[in-house]
Amino acid sequence: MGLVLIVFLVLLCFFLGYMERKVAAFMQVRLGPNRVGPKGSMQIVADTIKLLLKEGLTPNSSDKFLFNLAPMIMVITSFLVVAPLAFSSNFQIWDTSIGILYVSSVSSMAVIGILMAGWSSNNKYSLLGAMRSGAQIVSYELSIGLSLISIVILSGSLQMSEIIQSQQNGWWLLKGHFPVWISFVIFIIASTAEINRAPFDLAEAEQELTAGFHTEYSGMKFAMFLLSEYINLFVVSAIAATVFLGGWMPFHIGNFAAFNQVMDYIPGFFWFMGKTMFIIFIIMWFRWTFPRLRVDQLLNLEWKYLLPISMVNTILVTIMAIYGLHF
Amino acid sequence: MLKDYFKTIFQAIQSLFTGMKLTGYYFTHLKEIQTEEYPDNRATLKMAERFRGEVIMPHNEDNEHRCTGCQACEIACPNGTIKIITKQEVLADGKKKKRIDSFIYHHDLCTLCNLCIVACPSDAIKMGQTFEHSVYDKKLLKKILNKPGSKLMEGVE
Repeated sequence: MGLVLIVFLVLLCFFLGYMERKVAAFMQVRLGPNRVGPKGSMQIVADTIKLLLKEGLTPNSSDKFLFNLAPMIMVITSFLVVAPLAFSSNFQIWDTSIGILYVSSVSSMAVIGILMAGWSSNNKYSLLGAMRSGAQIVSYELSIGLSLISIVILSGSLQMSEIIQSQQNGWWLLKGHFPVWISFVIFIIASTAEINRAPFDLAEAEQELTAGFHTEYSGMKFAMFLLSEYINLFVVSAIAATVFLGGWMPFHIGNFAAFNQVMDYIPGFFWFMGKTMFIIFIIMWFRWTFPRLRVDQLLNLEWKYLLPISMVNTILVTIMAIYGLHF
Repeated sequence: MLKDYFKTIFQAIQSLFTGMKLTGYYFTHLKEIQTEEYPDNRATLKMAERFRGEVIMPHNEDNEHRCTGCQACEIACPNGTIKIITKQEVLADGKKKKRIDSFIYHHDLCTLCNLCIVACPSDAIKMGQTFEHSVYDKKLLKKILNKPGSKLMEGVE
């Protein structure tokens, strides 16, 4: 079962790579990859073969052990976070009772991989990128935690399956009024920052730091960073879909039985993937629309805006949960 | 103070939505795509009117051009791309007149700056739209723009 999931995730990364390039192209009034395979769909396969055949260079003055360990840590943390995700009503690797806590704590280990990569490369750009990334992930972790807590308060559980069950009569985004909308928006913003994607890609910042923490990496080690980036993208979108949009729960409207019946015929897996893809698309939309933030703006946004708002918001959600003001 | 705080948030969200609206428009309107699939669409490729490919001298169907040989373009050219060789020609009424013998255009020196076209008082030359100029021998880029046996158009002085 685990093997199926890993193969699925790698194939998903191929698809996300292709999707990202196509979305980017269309938003920039370009065509995107269109030569390899039908509509360029085999482009990522060609890129992977290229990366496989490339030499995995290790710089002479780098810390060789940490240099080779860093990409492993990145990929391992990305894969670990997939474990508690519920792909459908009967496919979940590990339904732990502390699902949300596990996700938010394990996903922050990625910063160790990034810092390790930046430090061991023995390169100024890499180190700068890693430092920025450290400041960024440590800050935005707070907002992610608080916005997830608001749903934990409402559903009364940290367990993924129970959070999904609590949304049987409506997704939290729909029945949670405006405090949940705010925490949804904050979650999307903060998780975009957490996975180092534009407009928060200061860790990579091609124009300033060549490629940031993975400047010195090549070949398959570089591909592992890419792989972990896309798995992280999938994971945060999947968590947003699970927590705010009801995971594999189909879309129901009140007591409209006929409509609900039709929606029930669509398997839960497709509901889950559909919601996840929708959020992935929104995050990609962000990336190809917004300019990158400066470091000071980045920290301003977190400490002056997102954190105070999400704190007030948590109080609002608590009041709402106590008095049962949600549907 | 608190009012300004919420005002900045509101304005930020508004400007972010403006940006997302534009990219969203481009994402849903694929006919806006500007990319030309060049070697594939060679037969139907239409260059923009302002595109500058090379200097050409249009001739009409009687093989007549409008160049009087005034050399204004040769003077205007910053890198000596144009060289006009003139000759004396005896007209029907016995008068001697200066006419061009050959209008030499060194395409390899030309930066397509358009100054010669601006300088020309009689609209004899203009920018062509072709751009596939690569050749193996540099000598092939030295072109004589007036066609063999061509004459000055009637009424151009």
